[in-house]
This record gives sequence, C-alpha cells and structure tokens, in this order.
Amino acid sequence: MLQRLKRRISGTKLAMWLIGLVILAVVIYGAINTLIWGQYTFAQWLDLSIYGIAQGGIYALIALGYTLVYGILRMINFAHSEVFMAGPFIGYFVITAMNQAGWFDRGWGLTIAGLAIILMIAMAVSLVIAVGLERIAYRPLRRAPRLVPLITAIGASYFLQYAFLGLFGSNVKGYPDIDLLKGTWNVLGVDILRTQVVVIVAALFFLAILYVFVQRTKTGKAMQAVSEDKDTAALMGIDVNRIIVITFLVGGALAGAAGFFYALLFRQVKFDMGFFPGIKAFTAAVLGGIGNVVGAMLGGMFLGVTESLFPNLVLDGVCGWGTTGCIPAPYQLKDALAFIMLVLVLIFRPTGILGERLATKKA
Amino acid sequence: MQTRGVNTRLDLSPAIRIGLIGGIVTLLMCLIGIVEVSDVRAVIYPFLSLGDTLLLIAYMLFCSMAVQRMLATSGGKLPRLWVVGSGALAGLLISAFLAGLVLIGNWIDLRPVFIRASPQLYALLTFGLSPDNLMLGIIANLLFGLALGALVGAVYLLPERLRRALVLGLALIPLFSILGSAFFAQRGLSPLAALIVFVVGAGASYLWGGVGGTVKQRIASLPPARQRAYKVGQLVLMALVVLLLPLSGPYPSQVLDLVGLYVLMGLGLNIVVGFAGLLDLGYVAFFALGAYTMGILTSPEIQWATVQWFGVTFTFWMALPFAVLVAILAGIILGVPVLGMRGDYLAIVTLGFGEIIRIVALSDWLKPYIGGSNGITRIPRPVIGPIDFNSPGSLYYLIVIGCLLAAFVAVRVKDSRLGRAWMALREDEDVAQAMGIDLVKTKLLAFATGAAFSGLGGAFFATMIGSIYPHSFTLMISINALCVIIVGGMGSVPGVLLGAAVLVGLPEILREFSEYRLLLFGAALVLMMLTRPEGLLPEARRKLELHEAEAETPDESGDKQITVPA
Repeated sequence: MLQRLKRRISGTKLAMWLIGLVILAVVIYGAINTLIWGQYTFAQWLDLSIYGIAQGGIYALIALGYTLVYGILRMINFAHSEVFMAGPFIGYFVITAMNQAGWFDRGWGLTIAGLAIILMIAMAVSLVIAVGLERIAYRPLRRAPRLVPLITAIGASYFLQYAFLGLFGSNVKGYPDIDLLKGTWNVLGVDILRTQVVVIVAALFFLAILYVFVQRTKTGKAMQAVSEDKDTAALMGIDVNRIIVITFLVGGALAGAAGFFYALLFRQVKFDMGFFPGIKAFTAAVLGGIGNVVGAMLGGMFLGVTESLFPNLVLDGVCGWGTTGCIPAPYQLKDALAFIMLVLVLIFRPTGILGERLATKKA
Repeated sequence: MQTRGVNTRLDLSPAIRIGLIGGIVTLLMCLIGIVEVSDVRAVIYPFLSLGDTLLLIAYMLFCSMAVQRMLATSGGKLPRLWVVGSGALAGLLISAFLAGLVLIGNWIDLRPVFIRASPQLYALLTFGLSPDNLMLGIIANLLFGLALGALVGAVYLLPERLRRALVLGLALIPLFSILGSAFFAQRGLSPLAALIVFVVGAGASYLWGGVGGTVKQRIASLPPARQRAYKVGQLVLMALVVLLLPLSGPYPSQVLDLVGLYVLMGLGLNIVVGFAGLLDLGYVAFFALGAYTMGILTSPEIQWATVQWFGVTFTFWMALPFAVLVAILAGIILGVPVLGMRGDYLAIVTLGFGEIIRIVALSDWLKPYIGGSNGITRIPRPVIGPIDFNSPGSLYYLIVIGCLLAAFVAVRVKDSRLGRAWMALREDEDVAQAMGIDLVKTKLLAFATGAAFSGLGGAFFATMIGSIYPHSFTLMISINALCVIIVGGMGSVPGVLLGAAVLVGLPEILREFSEYRLLLFGAALVLMMLTRPEGLLPEARRKLELHEAEAETPDESGDKQITVPA
C-alpha cells in the first residue's frame, strides 16, 4: 500500500517536472528567437529593464509587508493591498491641494520638501490602517483555526476597498504632473525617466533602511526572535504583542511608501489599484522565500524585471523566428505571468529562492 | 447623579466607548452615501424612508449595545435611571458625530474629498432644517439622539418577553415593506399597514413567548411516526414554496435564478472548502470554463469547435456534459500541482488560476476562438421536446433540479467513506495519511467534484444570460460563493441555501445597495469571523471545532484582550 502510494506521488511529481521542462523549453526557445531576430534594439531592452527595476522596487517594498507579517503570524495579510492603496489615495488630496496652491512651482527645495511631506502622509495613513486592522480584525483571532483569519483578511480587504469607493468615488484620480519629475535625467550615459530614477533610488533607500532595522537594531532582532518562536521569545522577555504591532507598523509604512512611488510612476490612484500589485508582491514574497526579508527584496526585483521583459522577450519569438503576430498584444498577458510564475515556484521550489520550507505542511 | 447601588462610583466608560464607536460607524455610513442613496425608497409611505430606517437601526443597535454592556459590567445592579441614561448617553454621542458633520459641512464644502457629503445629506440629518435653520436642526438632531437612546434604554426596563415582542414587531416593518416593494412594485407600506404589521408581529411574538415552549415540547413528545409526518409536512411545504416562487413575476424569477446558481456553486464549493478544508479562491475558473464551453459549443457565432470539427451544431443538452467534463478536467489539472500546499498558499495559487483564465479569455490572443473582450453572444436556451425554457421562470426549475442533484450528492457523500476521508483531511493531513487515506486521490476527488458543480453552474449561467464576457468572471464570483458558504455555515447544506438567499437574493431586492454590496460583504465577513465563525446554520461538528479552541485556551499571554460584544 505504502509502496503504491509512494510510486504514485513520484508519478505526479514526474508529470509536474515534465510540464516545467516543457515551459522552460518554450521560454528559452522564444527568447532565443526574439534575440536572434533582433526586432528590438539594445536601448529598448535597457528601457524595459529599468522600468522593470522601478516596478520591482515597488513590489519589493510591498512584499516586505507580506513577508514580515507572515513570518510572525503565519497568515497572509490579504488586506495588505488596501494598506498599499490607502496611503497614496489620501496623499492624492494633499498633493492636489499643494499643487493648486502653487507649491511645486517655487523651485527645487520646496518641491522636494513637498514630495517628502506627501510621502510621510502616505506612510502615516497606511501605517494607521495596518495597525488598526491588526487591532480590530486580527488580534482577537490569533488562536483561531488558520482559515478564520484569512477569511477575515479577505473581508477586511473588501471592506476597505469599497469604503474608499463610497467615501471618495470610483473615478481614477490623477496625480499632478510635477515639473521637477518631467523628462529624463542622464545617469551614466543612459537617459532615464526622472520618475523612474526617483522611485528606484527611494525604494533602494527604504530597502536598505529596513535591512539595517531588522538585522541590527534590538527591535529588529526581537522581531526575528518572535518569528522563530513566539513562546520562547516571550520567555526571553520580549513583549510579543508589541512586536506584532511594530511589524504591522513597519509593513504598513513600507506599503504606504510603495503606494506613493506607484502613484508617482503611473500618476494615478483608484480604489482598486491595490489588487494586482498586492497579488504580485505576494508572489514576489513567495518567490524569495516567504518570511525572508532579503528574499522578498530579491523576489520583488526579479518579478518586476521578468514581468517587463517577458512579453516581448518570450512571447514575440515563441512562434519561431520572424513570425510576428501569432500572439497579438503580448503585454495583455503580463498579469497572468506573475501567477504562472507563482505556480511554477511553488511546484519546483516551495522554499523560494532563499527560504525555508514553509509552503508545505509545516506549522 | 445619585446612585444608590452597591457600587457608589458609576462607571460610564462602556456606554461612552460604544457611543463613540457607534458615532464613527454612523458617520461612515453617512459619508459612504448608503443613507442618502436609500433615501429614495419609502418604508412607511410617506413618512419614513429606507435611509431614515437605516439611521434608526444604527442608533437603536448601538444604544442597546451600550445598555447591555452597562448592565453586564455592573452585574445587573444598574440603577433604573442609568439604564435609561446610558442609552441616552450613547444616542447623544452618535448624534454629536452627525451634528459635527453637518456643522463642518455647512462651514466648508467637503465634497471635493467626500463625494457624498451633500446638502441633501445634511438636510436629512437635521429633519430638513439644515441650510436655513442650521442651529435649530443641530439641536433637533442632538435631542433626537438623546430621546431615542433614552427610549431604547427604557425598553430594557420592560420584561424580556415584551421587549422581544416589540423588537420583532419593529423589525418586521422594514422587512415587509422591502419584500412588498420587491415582489409587488409597491411604494412602501402605508402607516396603517405598518401599524398592522407591527401589532400582529409583536402580538404573535408575545403570545408565542407564552405558549411557544409548550408547543415545542408537545411536538417533541409526539410518537416518532407522527414526528416524521411533521417533518415530511415541513419539507412538502418548503418544496411547494420553492416551486411556486417564480410565479411572482419575471424579475423575481431572475433573482431566483441567480440565487439558485449560487446555491449550486455554494454546494460545490462547500465540498472543497467545507468538507475537505481546501480553500479555493479560484472557483470562478471552473464556472468560467463551464460557461465558455457551453458558449463555444452552442453559439452559432463560434464555428471552429462545432461545425468545423464535428460538423454539427450543439444544443444545450448536448453541450452540457462537455461543460461539466471540461470543468472536472480543469479541476484535476489545477489539483495536481497544488497537492502538497498548505491552506493559505493554496488560496493564493487558486486565486491566481482564476485570474489567469480571465486574463487569457480577455486577451487578443484567443480572440478568434473565444471572442476576447467581445465575448460570445447568442447562446441558445435549452429545449426539451415541446418545452422551451426561454423565460427566467422556466429556467428556474432546471436550476432547482441542478441544485437538488448537488444537494443529493453533498448529503450522500458527506457520511460516506469519501466524505469522512475529506473531513479527516481537513482536521490533519498528516494523521489522515497515517490512517491510510490516499491524499492524492482524496484531494483530487474533492477538486473534481467541486469543479463539476461549478461547471454546471457556469453552463446554466451562459444559457441564462445568453451571452458571456470575460468581465463576468472576476474574482468576485469566487468570493461571493465563498461568502455564501461561510455565512450559511461551512460544511452545512441547509446553510448554503440560507447563505445564498441572504447574500445574493437580498442585495438584488435592495437594488439601491448594489453599489455597497461588497462593502457590506466585507463587513459581514469580518463580523462573522469575529463573533460567529461557524456561520448561521452551522454543521454541529464544525461548531464544536471552532469553539473548542476557546474553551482550551481561555486567556493566554494577553492574546484575547478583546471580548467581542454579543
């Protein structure tokens, strides 16, 4: 009986590996075809990559929120995508008011200060919502069966989304065009859109700060301890409740920052803008190994770059050399890619790039 | 402030806290626009609109919560004055929030930010006094809150039997009014009708409070054969109601069709989530596959799969098995890679699967085959011999047959070997495996069974609507189906019926709320999980499971500091 079971499991594994190999072959075939064909210039690839890095930085910031919370509570904070949305949404009202008052027309200094203020506001709003969620929705359920908090999180996510819709309307709200961020800068001989430069630099800055916070400070070490073992950490004199609140606080602030960068990059906010970035950031967290801070950063970057390169790189060449148009408008399939990658990662490396094995039965 | 109780210091903080929470919630209700939007429908024509009713309900709910909490914290030794007083305090606090909103709103225009903060809302909150007699209106609002709160408090001084009767009578008025306007296109109850409903409802409840217990006892003491007869009678009655419902008109029939579809999907998802404990958020994928299979095979617009391959055009009945089969295959194909995954990973991966299906269906890539964003139209209705199921009313009976089939399977499978294997899986995978349960087979069977019902629902959906678009198959459908089984009670078959009726039927009847449906869903999910995670009609075993944890760990390291108000 056991023998038969064993054989069948390895059978399904074999089938999965085969599927994976076929997908890999298709990807390589498509990429080689596209590259040999040379439809795109080097500069175009570079543009796409830089866009991907900016996008990836944002994913990484959101992914940290998922990873930190998952590491400590072993739950997917489904409402994190609404935490991400809330900050820049409120920020929109501030930035519009400031823009109407002519704040961004008075030179560099004030513009940078203004952007910093809005960033702070966005972070503060997201942080408050994240901590509020923990207090109202998650804390009473900490010992409940694992489906219960997840369903609560889904409910909270919908509640927040549609509360914002009801309060502020369903229309797309455009961020103003700020003079300082128009056009391109020349960085190391490459012309890059200014918003992308700002987003990449700021995202890297926040990632670095978070890394130092988690690795070096006492609170960060306490967070690591709690995610290792809550009860032992409590015995060592760590206030577990406080650490959990801090985790939500840090995750929320990072999501708010990410949301603001997202709004700068795409110049708009909407009540449901959090869904796709949220799902993708979760994918990134899983890619890097959920619970692992560095993994989330790497996973976010990887996903961002892949997502911006993949449609052109693979799908254009997948029908063979020079035959364009067998998959029209490949960018439409961009959003499906993140999910396909998530499934593939969970099949072949449930631990993620840098994680321990959590995706299966543990905990 | 004379208190003659045992505790000389009266602690008012519970009432104040609940009053503040109530104020925030009511304020949110106003700013979200739910009050204003529902103001157009009359509950008691022409005095009371649904918007007023919502506000009244909010006031009463929070005031009674405040009184209850006060009674609970004081150990039942609350002076009578303060029973009334705490209700009045909570009511005043709620009013203070609304009065503040009106005051600020009249001072600066809030609409650039809060789109619903309109003068109409302020007028509604101040009994029409707002722009002209602002101060008078605000005072009226505050006094109203005070008086209503005091009234609610005073009700708590009455004996419980009378109190219940009053509450039931009041609750029946909006219920009758809404149902009446949904089914008979009426504009709310007249004051006399409302009075009759109240008196009859309250009177019946009061009398039932007297004899209800003995009636129940008498039925319970009947011989088993007679009891069975009663149960059969109940079932026959229910069946009659179900069968006669579509006679009430085409629009209610459409709503019933939708409710039926969700019952079907809920029963299927119940097997996956409720029985086997596999949280599937991509349930819409199978629904979409069923619908698309039906569309591709039967629509005259799409020829590649029918005329070109088989040389025939399919009818509904020929396509139906294929729709189910495709869904089952998809269930197995999705099932294989996620076999080893834990609950929350499974949720995200299945969610992703649902989105992949939608994105691919929407893309230009497959447009020549499945219509892309233009969808598939002209899907025919089913025909059996001379009977043409071309109206929502007749289609309803088909859906009911589908539901009966699903319910039959669910009930029969539940206590079978397979059903018990699923439940073992839900409790603990490792132990289940150690007990000799074939995890691969059991899980795949759960996915396949669930997918089959979803595919069936999709096929019905396609023929019911007549045209399908990728936009119809969003994550919302999965979430709706999940809510249906959670609200109804996970793992329980009657719960699914109740859940679908409450979650799908009610919003359709309350059309004004369609914009807020998801908001209310979200709030309902959170509240449900916090207060009653087992659902409205729970399965006995699950109820025990969910409350066992609480009994074992009453308070551990400050984790359960919040006690949820009952």
